[in-house]
Amino acid sequence: MAAYCARRLVQSLLILLGVSIITFALLYLLPADPARQIAGRSATPEMVASIRHQLGLDQPFYLQYLHYAGRLLSGDLGRSYVQRTDVTALILTRLPPTLVLMVGSIATELALGLVMGMTAALKRNTSVDRVLMVISFVGVSAPQFVLGILLLYVFAVRLAWFPIGGYGSLRQLVLPALTLGILGAGWYARMMRSSLLDVLQQDYLRTAHAKGLSGAVVLLRHALPNAILPVIAMIGLDIGTFMSGIVVVESVFGWPGIGQLTWQAIQRVDIPIIMGVTLVSACAIVLGNLLADLIAPTIDPRIKLR
Amino acid sequence: MRVLRELFHRKLALLGLIVIVLTVGVALAAPEVVPHDPTEQLFDGLTLEGAPLPPGGTYWLGTDLLGRDLFSRLIYGARTSLLIGIVANGLAVTLGAAIGVIAGYVGGWVATALMRFTDLMMAFPALLLAIVLAAVFSPSLWVVALVIAMVSWVQVARVIYAETQALARREFVEAERAMGAGRLRILWHHILPHLVSTLLVWGTLGISTTVLLEATLSFLGIGVQPPTPSWGNIIFENQTYFGSAPWLVFLPGIAIVALALAFNLVGDALRDILDPMQRGQH
Repeated sequence: MAAYCARRLVQSLLILLGVSIITFALLYLLPADPARQIAGRSATPEMVASIRHQLGLDQPFYLQYLHYAGRLLSGDLGRSYVQRTDVTALILTRLPPTLVLMVGSIATELALGLVMGMTAALKRNTSVDRVLMVISFVGVSAPQFVLGILLLYVFAVRLAWFPIGGYGSLRQLVLPALTLGILGAGWYARMMRSSLLDVLQQDYLRTAHAKGLSGAVVLLRHALPNAILPVIAMIGLDIGTFMSGIVVVESVFGWPGIGQLTWQAIQRVDIPIIMGVTLVSACAIVLGNLLADLIAPTIDPRIKLR
Repeated sequence: MRVLRELFHRKLALLGLIVIVLTVGVALAAPEVVPHDPTEQLFDGLTLEGAPLPPGGTYWLGTDLLGRDLFSRLIYGARTSLLIGIVANGLAVTLGAAIGVIAGYVGGWVATALMRFTDLMMAFPALLLAIVLAAVFSPSLWVVALVIAMVSWVQVARVIYAETQALARREFVEAERAMGAGRLRILWHHILPHLVSTLLVWGTLGISTTVLLEATLSFLGIGVQPPTPSWGNIIFENQTYFGSAPWLVFLPGIAIVALALAFNLVGDALRDILDPMQRGQH
């Protein structure tokens, strides 16, 4: 187990190294010249050249990369040329709202998805099962901005049950968390359905039935715990979808997290911020995958460690 | 043929197929179908106060903020969505299949390098990577398709890699090799034919993903650029008025969901039909 953890950790670090090389290469290929952007429109070629020298942009690719990697290691994601502030500081101030939204939407999608999947598995091959699976299909086929605007229109504009947007209270969290939660639930519902169906076919459940336990006891004590755990371990793999979703959902609901920061950066073509968020998201995804891989064998000892 | 017949027997898949055929037909015949030029700002397309016209009346799905006919824009938007969906997904499946087949068949350090690169790409959130690429290259229709393809091939590569690897170890491939068949001959006659069904499934399911990605990029303003209509950018242009003119957001929204859902339903049915291992299991 220890060797497995160590190996997965090294693999994750290597992937992060690769991620940093790719993001740097993208920055390097960028047609926009940062030196010119900083110097402003009226700058003479000499001024631009001197800023370029100051920034080290006249050095060869690998030296620039080493420089960049060194700065990343000390937590420096560069400077926004538009907002003229450190990207790291910007992301850190925007992180708490995003984490709140993350907790809210993961709780929603788990609650909805597990209940839907469980119902579908227990009512297998009935019309209830089919309707639930169609709903879960609609969930993976609807873009977040369409559902977001729909919820906003019905529950904030028409019914005025919830505020139109903003951040600070639980009521403001409901609609954005529902948007991400409803769409994510489809995925969990399918996983939960097949996981529970797998468990229900196992011999030990037949034994439990045979020794006279009631259906409810067999389900609650013997089937569900084993069916739910592998699904919950999937949260780690779901982080990529979440990081993509927040850009849209936060901009629709005016939620001041890193998704909205990214959206604002897109409008102003503020590449350092977009890059910073991409890098942070990639780290979150690698971490999520690592946790999923480390948790899975703890939950299910039958999983072979590679 | 068997596949088509089985597809017709599944109600949901048939429904999806009908939606796809209708959308393709309408998109192909767009110039004949539309009542107005989708980019023309009609002289009677706005109310006296300058607000868009609601559905019903002369323009039967209403008009947008600039007084353009929404129905015509939706029809031309279908063209954009399908074009990008099919081109981007075609590129993604081709690239993913090529990488997967090469890695799975050649093996060794080539496989290690290719699959580690694939793992690396998995670490990027698709939408954010697409945003970065769209910001780096100025977006046109083809660039958007290319950007979407560049972030969508990864899944295909992984699946095809696993399948090719498994196939290359099977006895019938072993037997061919023993009889002296060349590597390319084995690849062409004995491995690729077995990958066709997987590619068909991903070719269908993937279109749904690329249609959604295009809509999202266009909604963020970095996908297809106005005045070319796309379902995503119709919503992007009109979203500030969704309170007073909800049809401008919801009609294109319904179109996006219907098309993505249709490809998902057909793709899922195809997977069921083509994968005999899974049949009857759940």
